Amino acid sequence: MPNSASAYGSDYVRWRRRLTDHAATAAAALTTILVLAPLLAIFGYLIYRGAGTLSWAFLTRTPAPVGEVGGGMANAIVGSGTILAIACALGVPLGVGSGIYLAEYGRNRLGNLIRFTADVLNGVPSIVVGIAVYALIVLRQKHFSAFSGGVALGIMLIPTVTRATEEMLLMVPHSIREAALGLGVPEWRTTLSITLRTALPGVITAVMLGFGRIAGETAPLLFTAFGNQFWNLRPDQPTAALPLQIFAYAISPYDEWHRQAWAGALVLILLIVGTVAAVRLIAARGTVKGAA
Amino acid sequence: MGVGIEVGQLSAWFGRTQALFGVSLNAAANHATAIIGPSGCGKSTFIRCLNRMHETNLEARVEGQVRIGGQEIYGSGTNPVELRRRVGMVFQKANPFPTMSIYDNVAAGLKLNGVRNRRRLDEVVERSLRSAALWDEVKDSLKKKSGASLSGGQQQRLCIARALAVEPEVLLMDEPASALDPIATAKIEDLIFELKQRYTVVIVTHNMQQAARVAEFTAFFLMGRLIEFDQTQKIFTNPSDKQTEDYITGRFG
Repeated sequence: MPNSASAYGSDYVRWRRRLTDHAATAAAALTTILVLAPLLAIFGYLIYRGAGTLSWAFLTRTPAPVGEVGGGMANAIVGSGTILAIACALGVPLGVGSGIYLAEYGRNRLGNLIRFTADVLNGVPSIVVGIAVYALIVLRQKHFSAFSGGVALGIMLIPTVTRATEEMLLMVPHSIREAALGLGVPEWRTTLSITLRTALPGVITAVMLGFGRIAGETAPLLFTAFGNQFWNLRPDQPTAALPLQIFAYAISPYDEWHRQAWAGALVLILLIVGTVAAVRLIAARGTVKGAA
Repeated sequence: MGVGIEVGQLSAWFGRTQALFGVSLNAAANHATAIIGPSGCGKSTFIRCLNRMHETNLEARVEGQVRIGGQEIYGSGTNPVELRRRVGMVFQKANPFPTMSIYDNVAAGLKLNGVRNRRRLDEVVERSLRSAALWDEVKDSLKKKSGASLSGGQQQRLCIARALAVEPEVLLMDEPASALDPIATAKIEDLIFELKQRYTVVIVTHNMQQAARVAEFTAFFLMGRLIEFDQTQKIFTNPSDKQTEDYITGRFG
C-alpha cells in the first residue's frame, strides 16, 4: 500500500495546492464582497438619510404646500403602482409572447429582425422613449396621463423580457418537448404548459430585473405621467410617481423637501425589493421537492 | 389491446440526406419487434416515423405507407397529435418533466389533454405506475417528490408509466435501457415482457442479447436499409444474409 506522500505528491506539492486553493477561495469571497458593497452602502445610506423622515403620515398623506412641514408621498406611491401595473400589463405579455416566438419559431429572417430590433430598443435612452410616447400619445390626447407613463415604461420592459424569455426557453432541453409531443399533447399546449412552465423561474427572474429597472426610471415619466401634487386615481390624468417626486424634491431649495426626497428614495427601494421578494415567494409555492 | 403495424416502402430524409431507403416490414400485434443495427443505420429514424415524431424536425420528410391497426397514418385523415396518443414512445434518455411531481408526470398526458376528473386521474396514475413496476417504490412520495429526483432507472420506468397512462395501442422504445445499469436494465426487460401481453412493442436496441431476450421478431438495419427481418431465433442462429451474420458475430458495427 503506498503511503500518502507518494499517493498524493510530496509535502511541498500538497502544501502548494492547499495554498492555491485558499487563495482562490479568498479571491472569490473578496469579489463577492466588492459586488455587494455598493448595494449595501446605498441601502445603508438611504436608511441613514431617509429613515428619520419616514412615518405613517409620509406613507398616507399627499405633499404639503411649500413652506409647510409634513405631508407625504402617498399619491406618488399609488401613482407609481398604477403606472407600473400598466407597464407590466403591456410589457410582460408582449415580451413573453415574442420571446416564445423567437425561441420556438424564430430561426429565420423575421426572427433575426425581431432580435435585432429588441436589442436596439434595449439600447435606446429612456428619455428618448419618453419623448416618443409624448409625441405618440400625450400630444394626441392633449394631456399627460398615467396611461402614457405606463406605455413608456412598458416599451422599455419589452426587449428585456423578450430576450430573457428566449434565452430561458432555449435552455429547456429538446427532449422535454419531445416527451410532451410524444404523449399526443398539441404543440401550443406543449409550449405553454411544458416548455414555458419549465423555464418559468428564469422568466420570472428576468421580468423582475426589468421591473426593478423601470420602477426607478424618471426620464420617461417627465413628459408622460408628468407628476401631480394631489390624489389622482384616474389613469387618463397627470399622475404622481415616486421617481418624479424624488427628482422634484431633490432639486428644490428646501431642506424639508430634501429630507422627503431621501425618504421617498428609501420607500422606492423597499417597494421594489418587497415586490421582487413577494413574486419569488408566490412563484416558489407549488414547486415540488427535487425539481430541477 | 395492441394492433399490428404494416410498413411499406418507407423512406425518410433530413434535408437532403436520406436516412431510410424503402423499408417494408410488418410488426405483429401483441408481440415485441426489435430493431438492431450499428449506429447511424436509421433505427431511431424508423421508429420515429411510426408516431410521426420524425416530422417535428423542420427539415424532415417522409415517403411511403405506414398502417397502424389498419389506418394509414400518413393519410390526410390522420392527425399526428391524435396518432401519438395511440402510439406511445419511450426515449433513449429518461426525460421526465422536471418541474412536475411524480404524480403529475404520469398524469401529464391526460391532464394536458383536458382530463380533470380527480378519481380517474388517481386510478390511471396508480395503474400506470404498477404496470411500469414503479408503484411500490414511489407510492409514498407521489405528489411530494419531483420526477427528476428519482434514480436513472426509476426515471425511465416513470417515463414508461407516463406513456402507458394515455392508453396507447403501440409502444415504441428507442434504446430505453442504454443509459441504465444491468439491474435497471433487467427490470425494464422484465417489464417489456409484461407489456407485450397488452401492447405491440417496437424496441430499438444496440444490445443484441437484449433483442434476443425480449423480442419475437428482429429486424436488422444497415445504412438506412432493412437487410433482414425474421423471427429473432432465426436471425441470431441462422441468418439468411451475410451482412446480418457479420454483424451478429461481431465482425463489424
